[in-house]
Amino acid sequence: MQELNKEHKPLIVAFCCNWCSYAGADLAGSSRLSYPANVKIIRVPCSCRVNPTFILKAFQKGADGVILCGCHPGDCHYTSGNYYARRRMTLLFSMLDYLGIERERTRVEWVSAAEGAKFSKVMNEFAKTICELGENKRLEDLRCKD
Amino acid sequence: MQRLEVAFLEKAKELLSSGQVNRVLAYKKGEFCYDVSPAVFYSVEELENAVYNGFCGANLSKYLIQESKKEGKVAVFLKPCDTYSFNQLIKEHRVNRENVYVVGIECQGKFSIEKFYKTGVGFVASVQEDLDSVLVNGETKIDRNAVKLERCLVCKKQHVVYDELLVINEKKDGDLDRFEMVKKLEAMTADERFAFWKEQLSKCIRCNACRNVCPACTCTKCVFDNDDSQISSKANADSFEEKLFHIIRAFHVAGRCTDCGECSRVCPQNIPLHLLNRKYISDINEFYGEFEAGKDIAQKGPLTNYTTGDIEPNDFKGGNK
Amino acid sequence: MKKIAYQNIDKLYGELASNLDLYMPIKKAGALNFEKYENGKEADIETLQTVKSVKDLFFPQVEHFVDFKTDGTKIDVIDTREIRSEFAIFGVRACDLKSLEVLDKVFLQEPVDSMYKNKRDNAVIFTLACQNPHASCFCKVFDIDASSPKGDVECHLTNGVLYLNPITEKGANLVNKLTCLEDATSESVDLNKQEIKAKIDALPFSNLDLSVFKGENLMELFDRKEWEELSKACLGCGTCTFICPTCQCFDVRDFKTNNGVKRFRCWDSCMYSEFTKMAAENPRKNQMQRFRQRFMHKLVYYPSNNGGLYSCVGCGRCVKKCPQSLNIVKVIKKLGDK
Repeated sequence: MQELNKEHKPLIVAFCCNWCSYAGADLAGSSRLSYPANVKIIRVPCSCRVNPTFILKAFQKGADGVILCGCHPGDCHYTSGNYYARRRMTLLFSMLDYLGIERERTRVEWVSAAEGAKFSKVMNEFAKTICELGENKRLEDLRCKD
Repeated sequence: MQRLEVAFLEKAKELLSSGQVNRVLAYKKGEFCYDVSPAVFYSVEELENAVYNGFCGANLSKYLIQESKKEGKVAVFLKPCDTYSFNQLIKEHRVNRENVYVVGIECQGKFSIEKFYKTGVGFVASVQEDLDSVLVNGETKIDRNAVKLERCLVCKKQHVVYDELLVINEKKDGDLDRFEMVKKLEAMTADERFAFWKEQLSKCIRCNACRNVCPACTCTKCVFDNDDSQISSKANADSFEEKLFHIIRAFHVAGRCTDCGECSRVCPQNIPLHLLNRKYISDINEFYGEFEAGKDIAQKGPLTNYTTGDIEPNDFKGGNK
Repeated sequence: MKKIAYQNIDKLYGELASNLDLYMPIKKAGALNFEKYENGKEADIETLQTVKSVKDLFFPQVEHFVDFKTDGTKIDVIDTREIRSEFAIFGVRACDLKSLEVLDKVFLQEPVDSMYKNKRDNAVIFTLACQNPHASCFCKVFDIDASSPKGDVECHLTNGVLYLNPITEKGANLVNKLTCLEDATSESVDLNKQEIKAKIDALPFSNLDLSVFKGENLMELFDRKEWEELSKACLGCGTCTFICPTCQCFDVRDFKTNNGVKRFRCWDSCMYSEFTKMAAENPRKNQMQRFRQRFMHKLVYYPSNNGGLYSCVGCGRCVKKCPQSLNIVKVIKKLGDK
């Protein structure tokens, strides 16, 4: 992984819902399961709190990949938030792809509070994908890079 | 077609003089035959300047957001596409339906003056309309389809909400597929798509015409004007902001956009903005079943609805690589 | 006077561009705007008008001028103003050239705007006479002669030949360097001027009456009830202000980067509701007031403060581009006809 791009250390932003995925990240930590240090977690009340602007803003501020984690469908703390988030993100990701921005830079994963191991696995995999893709050049704001 | 204009004027006069309404929202003459503007008429005398022809492309539903909240009843002449926007506004409680008397007016497709110039006719002093052709300056006959707005070439809409109809000739649907260009773009490689949009969006001057003309854009304060939103901006200071503005603008009307095509009509730089809206429409159709905003207000909007078996964002693999 | 066959025009562009930066109308994705000429770009001087005017080259839509960089408790202030060396602009129409005179009165008055001045001092302007003026043109109303646009070098494109007539020393120096040009006489150009003049005289808006638009009528014009009707369809977009060659309002904004702030100025529009927003309240509350402001500024306030010079040059861009076909001609006609 490190050999692929020595000079560029990708930055990954992970939006995690308070009730499942954030707790899952916590469990990963307390179980001593590692995930890359360049994953920056932002805690949100629910996956559906994440508005498309948040995803784009993360890219603007220098993220190379953005991942949204929430409760498994059917398990949302607020009953249905993640179902709405799912539709929004599907359309947004499809639009980014339409504009020629790499499809793999954005992702949604459902991680429950009991899935520390999954959280760690997902983050490692995603970081690897982003490393392979290299720096985000298509959705960058040059002003944030100097 | 001139018969339609006469009927339109008669209807407007009748509505005003009978006291059924106290004003009429329609179009008024400009300096030339092609520069008509939306206008409100308060008296029969003022209607002398009223006009209805192939250049009346503006979507009057946008003005009803304000007009329907004023004192008294307003009559409005809506084209099929305008009625979709109006219906959507009714659904979103943005207009006061009781205050509006809707006359659904015939439309055989509206013109783009730039397309006239492209045919090489030069100055357009007068246009006589026929169902299939137009006669420019009394001498040059042009196929109507050659000068229609893009949106009219694909239009298959019929009036969906009205109090009465003013239709002399049956509407001819456009025969083109509105998703053709979307499909073409999807079939391109990601690099080609990126290059296409980079070239198009870099023309944007952030005049906000696309946003302000849009009948679905009804927020009293837009995020792009709100300094507290952290994304407000008055110009594209970096190419990122072009993409941000247009992705979010189109996203905010996704599932509510009736594809009236006003955004593309008004863009001073001719950016094909409808291609962004249509991408969302085509995705919604593909992922969540056929949906046409404004058609049936009892139906739930695709982004305010869900099913447990919806497609996962990761399962969607994207267009050609 | 020099000339070059129009079919060899790329030679002229190429030679100019090898001497200095050359800006000219370039077609990109169907829209014509002033851009830097490079090989492979689609230059087009035949089309009458660019979407954005030449203003964009002197007073760009976005202009960064200072960065603040933070490092711990230390703040660096970095001057990021661009300093230009000599550059050429090709294909400027008479109306656009006149608009620079309007902008000069704003930006070159004390305190002088250094960014604008730097570009103004270093530009060599090649104007182009308007072979085919459009029905929406009304430059004649403002005493602009589109048949003889002046500038540093005046060009005429007639019968497949481009004639170049240096007017200023700066222009002559540059033209004399060019090897692709041949000597020419002025007969064709003189004839061309007469033809253009006749075309302009026949335009529908060439004889608009501006006599009511003067300072002493200010209050009377301000209170005219027609403003309501004129502005009724206004969407409050900024198209007219951004494509206008003389609109010069701007906003200074800060962008927060990851390690500081970038300060820039960008075009602003009096058509926007935020334009006059202040801490206490917004004095222009509705679109009618904003609409009135724009036209009163162009036709009354500005000329009153600048010796009668109107801040409209009759380019007709707003006539063509307003989404709802509202424009300054309609205002002049409505208010001028008492």
